Amino acid sequence: MTVLLAFDLLLAASIVGLAAATLLMRDAFAMIVAFIVFGMLLALGWARLVAPDVALAEVAIGAGLSGALLLRTLAHLRGGGLSAQGGASVSAPTNGATQGINALLAGLATCALGLAYLGAPQNVPGLEAHVTDAMPESGVTHPVTAVLLNFRAYDTLMEVVVLLAAVIVVWQVERGLAETPAPALGTVYQGFARVALPVAVIAGGYLLWIGAEAPGGAFQAGAVLGAVAVLGLLSRHVRPAPAHRPLARGTFVAGTAIFALVALGVSGAGRETFEYPPAHAKTLILLIEAMVTVSIAATLAALFHGREPVTVATGKETT
Amino acid sequence: MLEIAGTAFMALGALFFVAGTIGLLRFPDVFCRLHALTKADGMGLALVCLSAAIGAPDGGEALRILLIWVFVALASATGGHLVARHARRAGPPVREVRP
Repeated sequence: MTVLLAFDLLLAASIVGLAAATLLMRDAFAMIVAFIVFGMLLALGWARLVAPDVALAEVAIGAGLSGALLLRTLAHLRGGGLSAQGGASVSAPTNGATQGINALLAGLATCALGLAYLGAPQNVPGLEAHVTDAMPESGVTHPVTAVLLNFRAYDTLMEVVVLLAAVIVVWQVERGLAETPAPALGTVYQGFARVALPVAVIAGGYLLWIGAEAPGGAFQAGAVLGAVAVLGLLSRHVRPAPAHRPLARGTFVAGTAIFALVALGVSGAGRETFEYPPAHAKTLILLIEAMVTVSIAATLAALFHGREPVTVATGKETT
Repeated sequence: MLEIAGTAFMALGALFFVAGTIGLLRFPDVFCRLHALTKADGMGLALVCLSAAIGAPDGGEALRILLIWVFVALASATGGHLVARHARRAGPPVREVRP
């Protein structure tokens, strides 16, 4: 028991220490690496709190794909490479006003979290009993999936909408075909990709399917499939072209659209929005989750690619 | 008996990870560090996975742990190779080892 307590204290101290180190580092690349390690330790913390769903999501999206997005952004800012060139300043250019606004917003978020924590009722059982009571009507046997896709499905729909909004904004801001040459990853990587990527796709499908009864689900599966797409983009197996745009748009919207259609479709005849008929609840939840998984994967990959693939000619796009 | 073997493998695996980390911190250049890290962590990973598989409640879970071992080992070997390859092309100085 004391060994576990010591481990937890060490873990908590490391998480706080890494958070501070991430903020205090001068080199942006080191900062991102520290942030990724921070995400991994945070996931370990969630696992210690017996929240494997959050741990999986944190490690796949918070550490893995966010890390990849940050590294990609840094490479973009530094003109294709990750290391600072020559004697150029290694720290990200800082701006007093931006820092001030960031500090203000982060401070406000921290205050809101603190208020929410202090304002929450203490030493009461919470909503677990309600969830356990309602489980038979949910269509699934894993409580987290029941809450995310059934009892509080509206929140999850909004999360999917946020991702959709993000990819729409990215496509508005950045257009053009990727101009950077394909990184030479070598034959070892090619062999690895040939073996590992198909298995990763199966693992994504497994995570989606198992979500009904055990930790897993749409976000984790979407992150795994998104990572497969990111690896494909990195090695140029996948080359976004203008012709892909209709399919890509359809895929981005599919998750939100199916989610909203099901929500509206089950309403009426005395039912509320999102009140699935218990007999079909599992089918509907799996349908939503499958579409949301595909949407999340495509959206994350598109965010990593970071631009709408159109041919830009003399400042005027030709579609 | 199995429990003792599992604990022993876990402890031995942790020892390999510690050794790899010491190598990462103490060795002079990126290639020496990769050498220490990939080899020691590969062995540590195998031992930890073996220990976890011994402790698994059923065959299916042991099989999944085995698969995790295979793919993490493949990924870390490939990752090590990519780092070394990039380092060789970017050409950071291979530091002279002090006599």
